[in-house]
Amino acid sequence: MNSNPLSSVASFLSGRLLLEEELPFSLPDSSVDILQGITSRNHSFYCSRCGNDREERFAFFPCARCGTSCPYCRHCLMMGRISGCSRLIRWTGPEPPVEGDGTLQWSGRLSEGQLAASVAVKKAVQEKGECLIWAVCGAGKTEVLFQGVEEALLSGKRACIATPRTDVVLELAPRLQRVFPGIRVTALYGGSPDRHVYSPLVVSTTHQLFRFLEAFDVMIVDEVDAFPYSYDASLQFATQKARKPESSLIYLTATPNEAWQEECRSGKRPFVKIPARFHRQPLPVPVMTWCGRWRRAIEKGKLPPVVKEWTLQRLKDGKQALLFFPHIDLMEQALPLFQAFHPHVEAVHAEDLKRKEKVTLMREKKLALLLSTTILERGVTFPNIDVAVIGAEDDVFTESALVQIAGRAGRSAEFPDGEVRLFHFGRTRAMMKAVDHIRQMNKEGLEKGWLDR
Amino acid sequence: MSLCLLCEEETNRQMTWRQFFTLVELPLLCGKCLQPFERITGECCRLCSRPLAVLDASFSIDGVCHDCVRWEKESLYKGVLSGNVSLYMYNEAMKAFIARFKYRGDYLLAKAFAEEVRQAARKIPHDMVVPVPLSEERLRERGFNQAEALAREAGMKPVNVLERSHAEKQSKKSREERLRGAQVFRLKENSSVHRKTILLIDDIYTTGATVRYIAYVLKQAGAAGVTSLTLARGQGREREAVLEE
Repeated sequence: MNSNPLSSVASFLSGRLLLEEELPFSLPDSSVDILQGITSRNHSFYCSRCGNDREERFAFFPCARCGTSCPYCRHCLMMGRISGCSRLIRWTGPEPPVEGDGTLQWSGRLSEGQLAASVAVKKAVQEKGECLIWAVCGAGKTEVLFQGVEEALLSGKRACIATPRTDVVLELAPRLQRVFPGIRVTALYGGSPDRHVYSPLVVSTTHQLFRFLEAFDVMIVDEVDAFPYSYDASLQFATQKARKPESSLIYLTATPNEAWQEECRSGKRPFVKIPARFHRQPLPVPVMTWCGRWRRAIEKGKLPPVVKEWTLQRLKDGKQALLFFPHIDLMEQALPLFQAFHPHVEAVHAEDLKRKEKVTLMREKKLALLLSTTILERGVTFPNIDVAVIGAEDDVFTESALVQIAGRAGRSAEFPDGEVRLFHFGRTRAMMKAVDHIRQMNKEGLEKGWLDR
Repeated sequence: MSLCLLCEEETNRQMTWRQFFTLVELPLLCGKCLQPFERITGECCRLCSRPLAVLDASFSIDGVCHDCVRWEKESLYKGVLSGNVSLYMYNEAMKAFIARFKYRGDYLLAKAFAEEVRQAARKIPHDMVVPVPLSEERLRERGFNQAEALAREAGMKPVNVLERSHAEKQSKKSREERLRGAQVFRLKENSSVHRKTILLIDDIYTTGATVRYIAYVLKQAGAAGVTSLTLARGQGREREAVLEE
């Protein structure tokens, strides 16, 4: 912390929107604005922190503080209750000066695709513009940001990289800290120790952005199409609220939704596409295989013969495989059937307390097979695996889910091949679109000369 | 149409005609959220309703658990509490539930088990309902008293006859100090519990210290009897754990 008491208050409050109770000091007499926690807007309540205005997400309690039946927001409750008598504090004084040297210290080389995107990011930073980076799984998205972030830091701007998941924050923050050693990079997630630190480069979960207001000159949103960001309008609100009115907005994804893809095609949305992986090998194209009534088979304690055969082949070859299931219940019923083939088989899902340990075991090659729900569709990288989806026709496997799942195979330069198999009981539009999407990317990569074969 | 208080999913996908015509109360939690909660059943300690099945046989004497036997040996606290009824085990699900209800302040959750609290209270003879109080300081911080909220949402008329001083955490003291040490509870001025049969309400019973301290104060003030009712019951493992507000 800075030695000047006023400037440490400024660095604590600047760009934030905090509950009075969240301040570790008493409320400053000047340079702050006080916002009412909940206001009424056209006959409905409105939460000043998360923007919730849905009637069913407010409740009342007999409040000991204000003595009334006080409304409170149930939507952002887990970040500290905002009620009718809560006060939100924002800093109106000058921003604290940026400290440190934001020079990039990185000697790696960008692929041609990465370079094109990197130029676009830098331009968006300079011009306070908007840009979508549409980069295939394994393109090397993070490196694409380096020069743009450097540009922002060197011109005294404040940048934020927001991602839906804590795992990604924890992985990304140290990587950025290594290449920007002259400044402090903060990592924000629920319970993070960096909560009260001011820094010019923030890596945050989208949830934590609720605590910011007009803070960032550059806002980078990773995996815009991913749950919960795509699904929860309040997270989109949080992202907008956290950036300055005049600021750059950069989106990253491998799988823009249909509306965005259409906007890209019709020229309404500025974007750069990286259709090729950094290792210059094409994306594995999924193969569709009909597997009959797989659900009924599993319920009867059997695997569909094609699935069994596929699995035994991987085990025989000693190649690790990741198998996706549409639902936890079915996955758990199937688990013993796979364990009968091999002792080292595990299953993971979203609420699994041992998720991290199991993923680590898989990475250390101590598991032969890992069964998973869609929770592992993104972010995780195992160097040399085959991938199968059992029941690919299920609604949970959207085009983007399948593209992401297929993107788990062939990630490393050493093992750029991997088989992706979609076992199904009837082809869906999503399956065919996912296959087309991947083929199209490979075609574009080849046309640009960014693929070796 | 009713949404689960915890996950916001529909609680009742098919409403039956019977529900439609008789206006049966719809469930407040969906089946999936409700499933991990563990209702206390089977043989329990006669005094504190701790399940005896999970305890080693040597930890209970004559249907009374070891902890209660110890309490009943203390001259100050012997017999002050007629008994305790707890509804659910303090397992992971209940821990998360209480954290959200009490620490995050989601008052609405007081309704989730209100019907069960109401039914349990009906079986306990009483003519006055008293919630375990919070200190002034804690009450202002939280905005509501969770014990009072549980009572009120279960349709009771809780009376705040007690005060609690903001003392250091009980966990910092030894058992002996706690037993003999400063009482943090007092009867409020102008309150009377004389000859009242009291039902004391709290969110969780852990060591049994809170309810016994209070029962002692109430008995000293002339209460005829004190029985406590709590939503949750801590497991044996943490029986010397923190006595928290």
